Amino acid sequence: MSEKKKDEIIHDHNHDGIDRRGFLKCMAWAGTGAFCVMKGGVLSSYSLSRVSEMSTAEMMGELSFVQISDSHMGFNKPANPDVAGTLKAAVDKINGLSAAPEFMLHTGDISHLSKPEEFDTVDQILKSAKPKDVFYVPGEHDVLNDDGKQFLERYGKSSKGGGWYSFDKKGVHFVGLVNVMNLKAGGLGTLGHDQLEWLEDDVKHLKSSTPIVVFAHIPLWSVYPEWGWGTEDSAQALAYLKKFGSVTVLNGHIHQTMQKVEGNVTFHTAASTAFPQPAPGKADSPGPMKVPAEQLKSVLGITDVNYVQGKHALAVVDSSLA
Amino acid sequence: MRRSVSIAGLGVALVLGMLCFGTSQKSHMASAQEKMSTMEVKIDNFSFGPVTLTVPVGTTVTWTNRDDIPHTVVSTDEPKTFKSKVLDTDEKFSFTFSKAGTYPYFCSIHPKMTGKVIVQ
Repeated sequence: MSEKKKDEIIHDHNHDGIDRRGFLKCMAWAGTGAFCVMKGGVLSSYSLSRVSEMSTAEMMGELSFVQISDSHMGFNKPANPDVAGTLKAAVDKINGLSAAPEFMLHTGDISHLSKPEEFDTVDQILKSAKPKDVFYVPGEHDVLNDDGKQFLERYGKSSKGGGWYSFDKKGVHFVGLVNVMNLKAGGLGTLGHDQLEWLEDDVKHLKSSTPIVVFAHIPLWSVYPEWGWGTEDSAQALAYLKKFGSVTVLNGHIHQTMQKVEGNVTFHTAASTAFPQPAPGKADSPGPMKVPAEQLKSVLGITDVNYVQGKHALAVVDSSLA
Repeated sequence: MRRSVSIAGLGVALVLGMLCFGTSQKSHMASAQEKMSTMEVKIDNFSFGPVTLTVPVGTTVTWTNRDDIPHTVVSTDEPKTFKSKVLDTDEKFSFTFSKAGTYPYFCSIHPKMTGKVIVQ
C-alpha cells in the first residue's frame, strides 16, 4: 500500500539490484517467433533464433509456416520501448529463412490497447515479410472496449461468430480458435458453447489421418491457472480431436516458449515479439519482465513450423530473435 | 436515502463548525470529511489492493492502475453496475457508491484479478 512500493526493490533474491518488476521490465524486450515444419504429419517448431543452426534438411518438410505472437504494438514501457523494432527484427529473421515459409500465423495480442494505429503499424511491418498470407486469432489486448468489433472488421471477415475459422493447406487442417472473449470473473480463457459446437462439426468429416493444427491465443492446456494461463473448456475442444493421430496446438499469451506432449496432442507456446514474461509462479505476477537490452532479443521469438506430407509427423521449434 | 440526507446534514454542521473555529481546525475538519467520501484502490502486480474495501454509502472509490499492463474494473453483476474503460498505466477510474450492498468486481482482461467493495 505504500506509495513508494512501485520503485522499491522488494525481492532482490540474486542481490543484483534487479527485482521482479525490474526484471519483468527487461524481459519485455523478448519475443520473436517460431518456424514450424510439418514432417510426416508431425509438426516441429523451432525458435527463429535457432534456425541459423539448422541444416536445410531439417528445415524441409511438406509444409512450413511461421508463428509470431504477442506483438503488443503500442507498449512502450522499459521492458521494451521499441516493440516495432523487435517485430521488424522478427520479420527480418523470417525473410532470412532459406526456405520461405508458406504463410504466417499470428496468435494474438497484435496490439497493446486495441488502437487502430497499433493495428496499422503491425499491418505495415508485416507487409514487408516474404510470406504474404497472415492468419490471425485475437488476444485479449485486441478486443478491448468493443468486444472485438474492430478486430473482426480487420482480420475476421471470413470467420464465424466471434472470429473462429478453419482452412486447409497441403492436407493439413488448421483451426483458429478464439478464447479471449466474455471472460468471467475468477476464470480462465473461454471458448464457449457456440464455438465448441462449430468445432465438433468442423472436424467431424475429416479423416483421422489428417494432421490438425489448432491455434489460439491463451494456452489450451493448463500452463498455470493461478495466473489465468489456461482455458476453461479446452478439454471439450480436445475431446473432439481425439480421433486424429497428429494434433498440434499453438498458443501465445505467456510470452515464453513451452512444449508439452499429451497423447496425440503436442502443445507449443510461442515467445512474444515484444517482451518476455516470467516462468509460471516465478514472480508475484505475470507482468512484463525487464531484461538487459543485450539479452532482450534472445528472449523474443518467432516459431516456424514445417510439415512433411505423406509420412505423419509435425514438429514445432522455437527460435529467439538474437 | 435517509442516511445520505443525514450525512449531508452533518456536512453542513461541519462547515458551520469550521466557520466558527479558526483555520487550523478548518483544515483538520476538511481532511477528515474528505477521507470519508473518497477511497483508493491500487492496481499493482495484477491485484487489487485492498482486495476488499468497506466504505460508507456515498463514497467515491478511485482505482489507479500502477502496472505496466492495462487493466479494467468491471462489476460482476448483470447489468453491470460499473465498468471502466481500459486503464493504461497510471490511469484512474472512479465510481460513487450510492447504495448499500456488496459489489464484487474483476479485471475483464485478466479475470483472475478480483476484488470487492462492501458499502454500508
